[in-house]
Amino acid sequence: MTPGIESAYAKRKIAARAATVASSAAVVLALAPLVAIFLHVAVRGVRALSVSFFTEPVGARGAGMANAVFGTIQLVLLASAMGIPLGIAGGLYLSECRHTRLARAVRFCADVLAGVPSILVGVAVYAVVVVRMKQFSAFAGAAALAIVMLPLVVRTTDVLARAVPDSLREAALALGATRWRTAIFVVLRTAAPGIRSGCMLAVARVCGETAPLLFTAYNNRFFNDSLFDPTSTLQVQIFTYTMTPNEDWHAQAWAAALVLVAIVVVLDVLARRLVERKEVA
Amino acid sequence: MTESIDSIRLRAARPLEAEPVKMRATSLSAWFGDKRALSNISMPLVERKVTAVIGPSGCGKSTFIRCLNRMHEVVAGARVSGDVLLDGKSIYAPDVDPVRVRRRVGMVFQKPNPFPTMSIRDNVLAGLRLSGIEPPDEDALVEEVLGRVALWDEVKDSLDRPGGELSGGQQQRLCIARCLALEPEVVLMDEPCSSLDPVATAKIEELIHDLRDRYTIVVVTHSMQQAARVSDYTAFFYLGELVEYDHADVIFTKPSDPRTEDYITGRFG
Repeated sequence: MTPGIESAYAKRKIAARAATVASSAAVVLALAPLVAIFLHVAVRGVRALSVSFFTEPVGARGAGMANAVFGTIQLVLLASAMGIPLGIAGGLYLSECRHTRLARAVRFCADVLAGVPSILVGVAVYAVVVVRMKQFSAFAGAAALAIVMLPLVVRTTDVLARAVPDSLREAALALGATRWRTAIFVVLRTAAPGIRSGCMLAVARVCGETAPLLFTAYNNRFFNDSLFDPTSTLQVQIFTYTMTPNEDWHAQAWAAALVLVAIVVVLDVLARRLVERKEVA
Repeated sequence: MTESIDSIRLRAARPLEAEPVKMRATSLSAWFGDKRALSNISMPLVERKVTAVIGPSGCGKSTFIRCLNRMHEVVAGARVSGDVLLDGKSIYAPDVDPVRVRRRVGMVFQKPNPFPTMSIRDNVLAGLRLSGIEPPDEDALVEEVLGRVALWDEVKDSLDRPGGELSGGQQQRLCIARCLALEPEVVLMDEPCSSLDPVATAKIEELIHDLRDRYTIVVVTHSMQQAARVSDYTAFFYLGELVEYDHADVIFTKPSDPRTEDYITGRFG
């Protein structure tokens, strides 16, 4: 045996162990803030939660945030309905027609849009929608959130659809499928689990977006009568309450934060169920 | 082989052109970007016979069959000149939809590629569904087609399992079934056994043998033994050109081109 091979092996073993320890430590470090936030929100939030939080609208002492909970769910659903189908369709186009000049231009624009501060999206929607309609509205808020979601959904769909092996596209084309049927029934279906996760991330992201709502959905002390009325959301309500010196309102803001996190988790579980059931069928 | 050399000569004397022709390539050339992969191929494909295309790697044999169902042009930058006739009509005519060509001229790929998200059953029906056709009796069709590829007995109790769970050889037979479900007239097979073990290979070869009564079959293979076993006619490609094309037994016993002889005797390739 070559001399020195034993010591080289021992060195490698030490290096391997060091790398394992270092990467484990990195994982713990990365997860620590998440756990800390969760625990803190849970502890502070649970104390302020009560039945009236979900039944009474925003108001004085003892009132709840029923209208804000409703508003957030409403806005996120509406934004998802606008942003997700458009984003998936766009991402699929980028992946399946990747060499066209339009695809390159769209991909560049999506990247730029992803980098635009969300408050600017709010300003743009304010100028285009709110000013024209002369009204803050749930619709305007959802449109702003949809624009924030769009580049995220487009890019995940693009990346994941591209990861679908070409052999499957060829299989479908050789069976006499048109390109768009191949894209939808083979590419999209194969990439669906990953795209679902990507959409969930986008939804979770806009659940927490506050800036684009400040001058689009604005706020409302009551339930909004229609999608074209100003609408209260948990995000904006947390912001509003936190800025006051009122201890009771601070507690309510913690409760709102907890509910917001819960909404994200519930949406995630629902989406998972939905996709799984489809795959079995 | 008990056949005398004389009888082989006799058969060779019968021109290939006298057989009923299903497809015909005329002056067919193909490119990938600037690189020419096929030069000026002209050859008929005889109806309800097995034609094997042999030759060393990179000789253009896969490109050739991909031109026969317009799959070559799917690759970015690929183009074709010359023509291919199916039942005497050009498949490259401007008014021909490649989608319809591919439904008549099916294809089986080198690596088994069942749709991973679909069950065995749905894989069989995939071609029809992708074309928007709902077959009148799906169960009967699935059983019939899987029976034709000798897979029915092996999978009849697990039709709802994903196609990707089958063994490589079973997956390849599933892919052949998926192709046959569309009732194609021609079946192109691009090295269908190259990723399979000998037992699975024997099963596919047996299957090719059984299918020739109903379909015109073209098999690309780099195994000369396989070509000799399964084909009625054999074409030898070299460097993008068709060197020799004749009855299989003529190619393997009395090739007329020295390059063919060198290849089949294993001197290169």
